[in-house]
Amino acid sequence: MELTVGPNQFFWKAEDWSALYDALAKAPVDRVVLGELVCSKRLPFYQDQILPALETLTAAGKQVALTSLALVTLKREIKATAALAEVGVEVEINDLTALAHLPEGAKFSVGPLVNVYNEGTLRWLAARGATRICLPPELPLASVATLARAGAEAGVEIEVWGHGRIPLAISGRCYHARLHGRIKDNCLFACEDDPDGLQVDTTDGQPFMSMNGVQTLSDSCASMAHQIEPLREAGVKALRLSPQSKGFAETCDLYRQRLNGAIDAATLAAELVRLSGGMRLSDGFLTGARGADWSGAAA
Amino acid sequence: MVMEIVCPAGTPAALRAAVKAGAHTIYCGFADETNARNFPGLNFSREEMADGVAFAHAKGAKVLVAINTYPRAGSESLWHAAVADAETAGADAVILADLGLLAYAANNHPNLRRHLSVQAAAANAEIINFYGEEFGVKRVVLPRVLSVPEIAAINKDTDIETEVFVFGGLCVMAEGRCSLSSYATGRSPNMNGVCSPASHVEYVEDQGALSAKLGGYTIHAVGADEPAPYPTLCKGCFSAGEKTAHLFEDPVSLNAEQLIPQLAKSGVTALKIEGRQRSRSYVAQVVKNFRAAVEAVDAGRPLPEGMLARLSEGQAVTTGAYKKTWR
Amino acid sequence: MDYQPEPSIPHFPSPLARALRFLPLTPVSLALTRLTRSMAGRHEAMFRRLGEHANARFLLDPTDLPVTLCLEPRAGNPRVTLHRKPPEADARIAGPLAALLGLVHGAYDGDALFFSRDLVIEGDTAAALALRNAVDDAELDIAAEIESLSGPLARPLHRLIALAERRTGVALTRHEEDLLW
Repeated sequence: MELTVGPNQFFWKAEDWSALYDALAKAPVDRVVLGELVCSKRLPFYQDQILPALETLTAAGKQVALTSLALVTLKREIKATAALAEVGVEVEINDLTALAHLPEGAKFSVGPLVNVYNEGTLRWLAARGATRICLPPELPLASVATLARAGAEAGVEIEVWGHGRIPLAISGRCYHARLHGRIKDNCLFACEDDPDGLQVDTTDGQPFMSMNGVQTLSDSCASMAHQIEPLREAGVKALRLSPQSKGFAETCDLYRQRLNGAIDAATLAAELVRLSGGMRLSDGFLTGARGADWSGAAA
Repeated sequence: MVMEIVCPAGTPAALRAAVKAGAHTIYCGFADETNARNFPGLNFSREEMADGVAFAHAKGAKVLVAINTYPRAGSESLWHAAVADAETAGADAVILADLGLLAYAANNHPNLRRHLSVQAAAANAEIINFYGEEFGVKRVVLPRVLSVPEIAAINKDTDIETEVFVFGGLCVMAEGRCSLSSYATGRSPNMNGVCSPASHVEYVEDQGALSAKLGGYTIHAVGADEPAPYPTLCKGCFSAGEKTAHLFEDPVSLNAEQLIPQLAKSGVTALKIEGRQRSRSYVAQVVKNFRAAVEAVDAGRPLPEGMLARLSEGQAVTTGAYKKTWR
Repeated sequence: MDYQPEPSIPHFPSPLARALRFLPLTPVSLALTRLTRSMAGRHEAMFRRLGEHANARFLLDPTDLPVTLCLEPRAGNPRVTLHRKPPEADARIAGPLAALLGLVHGAYDGDALFFSRDLVIEGDTAAALALRNAVDDAELDIAAEIESLSGPLARPLHRLIALAERRTGVALTRHEEDLLW
């Protein structure tokens, strides 16, 4: 099974952003997706670091791809989406709008924010040029297996969400701005304060979600630590690891050890909890009663 | 030209009430997970659908069948059957969201008009035109994240008809792209046709305070004199950092009645009322009100006084994203 | 947030409510069961709509009366019993009698009554919702259903309904155009 690093969902300082990709050049990952997924207002702050990062990663033998935005509405966002295809690397679409701008016959990959729930959709995208699809995180194992089979027939590699706070919703409204009594237009980049998202609790103090600008994520960190064998059996070709601000290169290394059989699920889980400073893990979408569930031992 | 009023019907009785109250078009679904209001006791059997279509047609109204969830891998035949049965029943169009199902319908039921559901979250003219070119979509229901100027811009750049929500419950997240409900309960709009499902909702009274819980998470608690709390995740009251508030959206519902003249000017074809889960009396009252409003706008008369505040969920309203300050 | 209170829903007058404490419940229970069975025969779809909740037990609790009604749809073979002390049930729907009857007759909207705190829902929310949707579709007219009943058990019901109608202004008949907004 391969390891893909998904696009960083959060808003980091440019130097931290670059440092991540420098570190990933040496990490045991196969593929790295870069670019801005969540908010087009962030892009200018690190845009000039993208080409250097692509070069560094390519030189280190990694496959690379550039992601589209998750929700394309503004004219300038549409222009930026069209420009993606001109960079010359594979495009990962996370909003179907990007599809409208890919040149005829271009190969592309499909990110987890595009709705691929069934064989019909998979086949349609494959016929269009998709070579890899990272499935929506909410899909249960049975659906993943059916789609992996359909993918194998259609020449499409299937990837699943393997690690990180799960993207649960995207909006036109910015929740970080709202928290500070502002709107998206005058947000003052409040989301920069939370490099792993801002935890949202119920009024009983129960952690529930996290916010990241216009994006809402889980409070828990998804981890397929206990699901490697079922996923392998189902025919899944890759795991997507989503960047975090602490110990991410080490995290990638740990998943590689797990895939190689050097460490077991419980060890991986314990290490992830330690590295993240105590984050709760979950894998409930795949085999649990609900997304927030965790099949491993309680922390 | 009088704008078309598209009205929800959760039951055959609501369909008849809506048609009698002056709806131009009704939208409804089959009683299974093929539509995004798959609630207990709601929706139409195949026979009820055929009867409902016949009733509506006899009175000059149209019926659209929502098949707007995302077909489950390994079970696509259930959704294929729904499309076929909608055509057999005489539906004027089906409302679809899934790419695969759109392709299926376009190939196998070419004469069945296809509308694009709000569940496809098609938020710009490019993607709307894409759906038109690829799948012959004739109308799109616009996501509720767009402002009126953005809607006007979209209409300028596409020939596909647009339909816009003007009343009822609203999604604050991009529709058809939200897994908050399945994170908390295991059931989602895309997979099961439900959000914040009743099966996982509990109302708990404790010393005068009433709290709504979903999957064990407290969503909102209110005092004895306040309106009942919503169980809907995104309308809940939560804490982040130092703040405790409705962090995502207030428990309000949409009422864009006053924006009808602007929506007309911005090229919108049809006004959509949300509420298949509401009673037949709600539906009739809302339809009457909006029918009167669009006729007034068409005749150049001022809008009649709104009577709808008491019908609004939570009894407070918003114009939603239509005004840009919503973001 | 703007909160506009509902126009007040008529309440059953307390002296009458007190008098009902001495009402023998069994004959009325039997009459209501007969009524419900007669309705079941004419509204099969209503029971189909209940789906997995067709065997649930519902408490319909008029808060301005000293009795509670227990309804068991029993998948089309319904039973109704009146109680002074409410028994265990899957779901309880409580509110002024006028609200409960108004809901049945489509004079009020269930969500609106719930959010305005005129209606209280407890227990199995899905079952309560199924019942509400099933009843809303059925377009019931209780007075008409009662008219069609005959026999000795119907008489106590006829009297009670006439009394209630006179004293409460409550909608006991379905009036299509008559919305109490």
